[in-house]
Amino acid sequence: MVLNKELFLRPKNQLEGSNDQSSKQQEQLFTCSGCGKEFPLIEIKKNDYICPFCEFYWKMPARVRLLNIAEDDTFRELDAEMEAQDLLAFPGYKEKLSVARKKSKERESVITGIAEVDGISCALFAMESEFMMGSMGSITGEKITRLFEYATQHHLPVVGFCLSGGARMQEGILSLMQMAKVSGAVQRHSQAGLLYIAVLQNPTTGGVTASFAMEGDIILAEKGALIGFAGPRVIEQTMRQKLPENFQRAEFVRQKGFIDIVVDRRHLKEILNKLLHMHQKGGADGSI
Amino acid sequence: MGAYEHLMQARANGRPTALSFIKQIFDDFIELSGDRAYGDDRAVVGGIAWLRDIPVTVIGLEKGGDTEEKIARNFGSAHPEGYRKALRLMKQAEKFHRPVFCIVDTAGAYCGIGAEERGQGMAIADNLMAMMALKTPIISLFIGEGGSGGALALAVANQVWMLENAVYSVISPEGAASIIWKDISKTREAAESLKITADDLLALGVIERIISEKEDFSQVYAEIESILYETFSALCRKDTSQLVQERYARFRKIGG
Ligand SMILES: [Zn+2]
Repeated sequence: MVLNKELFLRPKNQLEGSNDQSSKQQEQLFTCSGCGKEFPLIEIKKNDYICPFCEFYWKMPARVRLLNIAEDDTFRELDAEMEAQDLLAFPGYKEKLSVARKKSKERESVITGIAEVDGISCALFAMESEFMMGSMGSITGEKITRLFEYATQHHLPVVGFCLSGGARMQEGILSLMQMAKVSGAVQRHSQAGLLYIAVLQNPTTGGVTASFAMEGDIILAEKGALIGFAGPRVIEQTMRQKLPENFQRAEFVRQKGFIDIVVDRRHLKEILNKLLHMHQKGGADGSI
Repeated sequence: MGAYEHLMQARANGRPTALSFIKQIFDDFIELSGDRAYGDDRAVVGGIAWLRDIPVTVIGLEKGGDTEEKIARNFGSAHPEGYRKALRLMKQAEKFHRPVFCIVDTAGAYCGIGAEERGQGMAIADNLMAMMALKTPIISLFIGEGGSGGALALAVANQVWMLENAVYSVISPEGAASIIWKDISKTREAAESLKITADDLLALGVIERIISEKEDFSQVYAEIESILYETFSALCRKDTSQLVQERYARFRKIGG
């Protein structure tokens, strides 16, 4: 529910995460919200969506994220047909959903699936910023729950790329309940001795932070990502004081003890590969 | 009565708070303090008490009575250490095979610098995961406001009950009005749209029972005492793995 001011500004047309972009779109200039400089999208894409000038992390489309992490052609999407429903007939929600679908070219705020990652079969999910800032609706929760259940059943580790403004207001209490539902599925996966690595992106807040983003065995966060329960504006209003420097940024949250590693996006895959391999056997269980 | 009227009732000054329920429903309540890590959050009260012949771990979000107490209890908005105290007491209940009764009345988990620095999100997430696996019966009762994740952190239960005028919402109607409509005067409309009343939540399958309110609250306490005893007696006869399975199934069916 937090509106992050650092979203980079972009023209109205959607460009990322699909293959049907015209060269004209590729040439179009986008403004970096880190430094204000303009770049053609192709430049940013080549650089893992990191500003070549100021190192600002642009938001990465969920589908790009998954395809980057998966070995060639091994990603198989699960529950691709599931999409958000206006269960409470909430005013204006249908229109919001259709805008979100257009912008993101996705049906919900999360993509789930399985893939080979450095030779290891993994269950993966990634949340999409262009779909209502990754807000968690019922189907978001359902898809992630199903993924954890699938992973438990097939003894797979889960790597989850979290990004969310929080629970989706337009689905009322049903969104809130997803926090409990997903937590139950994560708990069962954990109980089965399986690995869950959460990778927190900018921003990860609200109900997602207060559930599966913080439930990883290992929690990584991208440099500079805003991570918190309440949004900075809400806190400022409550406290009536200036927030500390770097407050709720990945580096700060790591210092406070809630994140394992703050990662450079360009080294993320390497770290994930190593961690996944280190969990292939226990050693102390007689496997050596 | 519309959602907004229920909301006003739920927040009304002088409405009985968690400690009144604890004192009126249970005998010999012994309060236990602290999260064993950082401090004691007075927005959360917890301890052990008798429900007739059943020892019960009772945990409540307490808003406080007079102004001084309200301030001491941070108006019922807990910090991470409050949720960690609650979790500590729930684990203790599990160890000693005691059922757990949670009383929810909060505008939400506290949104402050210290709360963030000490991991408000992590504290709530820990509770959700641990409560899902807790091998003892859990019942949660909403007596006033049920504000978002801060309420859910005490409501991953086998059964959730609400008083007639209690509300339970993903966000405060004021918050929804200002974010969605950019207009705080749309609070009434937001309250209706969010489906926050006990009737709405029963229809959505989010709660199991509505407890009607009487002018004389002693009748309400007596009714809760009676159904709580009955329900705990039944739940305590179940196998703990079945309780855990049923709790997961209860949430598993919502949405999707
Ligand atoms: Zn830049």
